Amino acid sequence: MTQKTIHTSDFRPLDVKAIREDFPIFADTPPLAFLDSAASTQTPRPVVEAMDAYYDTYRSNIHRGIYRISEEATKQYEIARQKVAQLINAPRTSQIVFTRNTTESINLVAYSWGSMNIQQGDEIILTDLEHHSNLVPWQLLAQRTGATLRFLEITDEGLLDFTQLRDVLSEKTKLVAITHVSNVIGTINPIQSVIDAAHTAGAKVIVDAAQSVPHFHVDVQQLGCDFLAFSGHKMCGPTGVGVLYGKLELLEEMPPFLGGGSMIRSVERDVSTYADVPAKFEAGTPSIAEAIGLGAAVDYITQAGLASIHVHEQELLKYAHERLQEIEGITIYGPAPHQKAGVISFNIEGVHPHDVAGILDTHNVAIRAGHHCAQPLMKKLDVIATVRASFYLYNTYDDIDRLYEGLQKTQTLMTRRNK
Amino acid sequence: MNIYQEELLDHYENPSNYGVLSNPDVSHEEDNPLCGDKIRIDLIVEDNIIKEVRFCGHGCTISLAAASMLTEKIEGKSLEEVKKLSRDDIMDMIGIPLGPVRVKCALLALKVLKTGAYGIKGWPGEEDG
Repeated sequence: MTQKTIHTSDFRPLDVKAIREDFPIFADTPPLAFLDSAASTQTPRPVVEAMDAYYDTYRSNIHRGIYRISEEATKQYEIARQKVAQLINAPRTSQIVFTRNTTESINLVAYSWGSMNIQQGDEIILTDLEHHSNLVPWQLLAQRTGATLRFLEITDEGLLDFTQLRDVLSEKTKLVAITHVSNVIGTINPIQSVIDAAHTAGAKVIVDAAQSVPHFHVDVQQLGCDFLAFSGHKMCGPTGVGVLYGKLELLEEMPPFLGGGSMIRSVERDVSTYADVPAKFEAGTPSIAEAIGLGAAVDYITQAGLASIHVHEQELLKYAHERLQEIEGITIYGPAPHQKAGVISFNIEGVHPHDVAGILDTHNVAIRAGHHCAQPLMKKLDVIATVRASFYLYNTYDDIDRLYEGLQKTQTLMTRRNK
Repeated sequence: MNIYQEELLDHYENPSNYGVLSNPDVSHEEDNPLCGDKIRIDLIVEDNIIKEVRFCGHGCTISLAAASMLTEKIEGKSLEEVKKLSRDDIMDMIGIPLGPVRVKCALLALKVLKTGAYGIKGWPGEEDG
């Protein structure tokens, strides 16, 4: 069920060696072992070059210039929107709103859709797997409106306890806000079933797709979700640009989020009329170069092949599980490799995650240590923090070997006298 | 120089003054919300002089080694001397350069000590290191 959205028909193995040549950051010998793509990915040359082309040859503001380079900037910005729409199979390009990142996309929905649709006594369903970005905006909305947040828990295996959904869903439920993939333990949630159940109960669904859209094929028409949010910087794109997809009728009836230039049709002293979607939600000069860069990133990962990326990450994940399990005192959190995306969270007994990350850094291995913006999940796992390695299309088996060797050294260094 | 040098590891593995005092004049605890590290410091103060000090808590090598070194440094010192301790004193004690995130680890014990000893709500200085 969780694999339903993953197309394997267009699978061909990734040419990782060729891919790595597009990333100057890996040019050193030995190369940086970058295992923190769940936080932010590296940027390939074609993405930087697309942004450079804007800055070097047609830098100007969009949607107003009469001159040639402004028309070109507008054209490229809108082409980027088309590319994003095609990536997730949005019915219309206008359903793609450019934001700053996933967080801003979710806040946009919480403020705009939330202000019209959530009242005292209503319920919003979340899960214990949510990143703070898909939790705090709903806490704020609940505080503003008197709505109640309810949570689906996870099982001991780190999977969503789907059976709870039937008990929690009711006529009070107005929204289900759920992450597609856990940024901490990699769990791939059965969002198709969640969306179907929520719709049967009359609730809307927003999907936090920050950890899914970059890694496998996500089809918003197949899913039928009402909103979907993701970030450019987790998919080989630049920082500063994110995406909100919404169903057209919802976006059209929603009030603006931020007011200002570009989002209006006409302005008088006391009242304005607003532009159509998506412009209604893109007040002010947007991140033009970044949106163009995101368009190039979409091309880049599509050319590599999302199915190929997914298979590559699954292979790395399986290998990482095998190797890491050899390390004394290691606890790996979350489900088995086939039930999750390319994220592996763990701890080594008696060693603080910061020390693990610090020692690995001295071996040029970059991993994440901390609560990963998911403090409720840390509490659930009964840990203060974890170490997290995450993979993308440019990672190699060698990166995992270096992680393994670094962890062996950490283990020896930090637990030498306890033996 | 590697941040995982011998001296720090020695303090981490065999910290000085680790534990709690049964009747402390001052007992204060704080955590670092970024990483969840937590340190408590207990003091017995007589005539403005720190007679006994203990610390406990959990954290990484840097935060626990810094706490251990700090307790060694302040035993027998006056509260005035403690008040003068700065971020630089801690950095000198650690003896190796630290990145901005790890600086917070190193300064946690000093923050607990100053906040506790002076009963102030939150230590205003140096938090952002």
